[in-house]
Amino acid sequence: VSHPKPSLEDLFRSMLRIRLFEDAAMRLFMANEIPGTTHLYQGQEAVSVGVCSVLGPDDAVAATYRGHGACLAMGTDPTALMAELLGRSTGVNGGRAGSMNVIDLAHGVVGCFGIVGGSIVAATGAALASQLRRDGGVAVAFFGDGATNQAYFHECLNFAGVRRLPAVYVCENNLYGEWTPMANVTAGGSIVQRADAYGIPGVEVDGNDVLAVISAAEEAVGRARGGEGPTLLECKTYRHKGHSRLDDGSRYRPADEVTEWLARDPIPLLAEQLDDAVVEQLEDEVAEEIGAAVAAARAALPATPAAASAFKEAG
Amino acid sequence: VTVRSFREAIGEALAAELDRDPTVVLLGEDVTLGGVFNTTPGLVDRFGPERVVDTPISELAFTGAAVFAAIRGLRPVVEIMFADFLALVMDTLQNQASKYWYVSNNQASVPLVVRTAVGAGGRFGACHSQTPTSMVLGEPGLKLVAPSNAVDAKQMLRAAIQDDNPVVFFEHKLLYGRKGELPADDAPTEPLGRAAVARSGGDVTIAAAMAAVETALEAAESLAADGIEAEVVDLRSLRPLDVETIAGSASKTRRLVVVEEGPAVGGYAAEVVAASVEGVDSLRARRVMMPDHAIPFSPLLEDAALPTPAAVADAARDLLS
Repeated sequence: VSHPKPSLEDLFRSMLRIRLFEDAAMRLFMANEIPGTTHLYQGQEAVSVGVCSVLGPDDAVAATYRGHGACLAMGTDPTALMAELLGRSTGVNGGRAGSMNVIDLAHGVVGCFGIVGGSIVAATGAALASQLRRDGGVAVAFFGDGATNQAYFHECLNFAGVRRLPAVYVCENNLYGEWTPMANVTAGGSIVQRADAYGIPGVEVDGNDVLAVISAAEEAVGRARGGEGPTLLECKTYRHKGHSRLDDGSRYRPADEVTEWLARDPIPLLAEQLDDAVVEQLEDEVAEEIGAAVAAARAALPATPAAASAFKEAG
Repeated sequence: VTVRSFREAIGEALAAELDRDPTVVLLGEDVTLGGVFNTTPGLVDRFGPERVVDTPISELAFTGAAVFAAIRGLRPVVEIMFADFLALVMDTLQNQASKYWYVSNNQASVPLVVRTAVGAGGRFGACHSQTPTSMVLGEPGLKLVAPSNAVDAKQMLRAAIQDDNPVVFFEHKLLYGRKGELPADDAPTEPLGRAAVARSGGDVTIAAAMAAVETALEAAESLAADGIEAEVVDLRSLRPLDVETIAGSASKTRRLVVVEEGPAVGGYAAEVVAASVEGVDSLRARRVMMPDHAIPFSPLLEDAALPTPAAVADAARDLLS
């Protein structure tokens, strides 16, 4: 399966879409329009945009409760996603899922998972289906550094390794599992080295450089599609915001570390490779798109209670 | 019509569905050699190692993978060797499989069957003898099937594989050797969720599932010797419960005994009693369950922990007194 390479403009647009979508989500959350909680992906946009840019229509991704980025990178309609966050009937899941549990099969998103590690088994299963059906599909799991200490990670990398499943395991190592530094809770100190134990390639990637992500993802997806089995990508990145809601990270992240990473914001890094006029034009375009998405989502009717079944009926 | 065991009924049902539907696959530990209960012998020879798959001892990984393979077009049947190991797969069953149809807003369901062996009496000790139906009973979106005989084992396993929803299929170890006249591989199946009246009577209703149905039928025989006619309802499906059949019998007898080989608290017996009381006026009910501690190993201790025909008959007499 080949597909056109995304242009730098496409990549920039896609990353900025996530950034501005989440700016809007944070505003609506602070205004009490978005209920519950929200986990912002800002700072990590190059990872999902880069990886998803090399996927085709028969591929699958699974993401986390920090999943807005992966959904938008796969093509989920921003209006429907915002409507989901707002609990509207027009949401991707009619308001049943909310921010943490989005499912958008029409765009290859088999799910976002509120339980740490859930995405790993979801992609493993999608890869198993592709292998057994011989449909040429590849499945990608996005997960954080914290998930690499879950049973899901170890059991699934072993299972995928021994069966040579067409899967790509993308660890977005943002250095903190919730509030705790990764190094304090991760034996051996390295995530990428854990691939060695399962006999699969492990590749460390600059997760803030979208072109580096694309290059690593192309190779991993190519291996998977060619029957050579799974790959673990460890994308080093950083979340600009806290773990969730009103946590801004200042209680557990040193200020100089934050400054250092903000200086490597993936979006300006990519903008450096584009003409200023092009950047300005794309910024206007995306701002308008997100403004319209927010307006349409807010205007939609709230999801209303109705009798529903947990079971699919026969027939 | 052939007379075969419950164990063979499982194998026949799997073979029939593997043969009928190319998207059906079987995953589990040692399944290519038949598995420890010898329910799957020969299937790999007939259907190949791509459809009959030996897994690592990673229940969470292969069950979870099966959940998402189901969402992506397969109809997997997973074997969890002992139901005690269901504890290892609870996240994928409870947080992923059971919720997918509803939370996705009906984008896809999960046509998955998790087969698993339950039941005490084998001297396997605390963690290989449980019937942990209560662990999954409260979860919306899971169907729970609990056959008591070889014919139901074949027909209901086929129906479970054909069902579009996730099904946990309980196989009681003591029943594997029981024989029955099995229907043909293409005999029509009935939808899941229906109980059956295993014995008719008008004085007291005894509801049970799996091996406890035999306990109930033995109790009914001893009651009959005293002129008491018990109606035995084989629940067959623990979720959905066939409240119509259960309450129909209970409204006739006004007396209900529910037998459950399971923990004393929070089991299906409590649900059967509650649903019946809600539907039947002036109903008197008793539960016969296991003591509120782990299942012991030593034979005398284990036997004393199991529901017995005498205890069931006593409960029925108590209601009639």
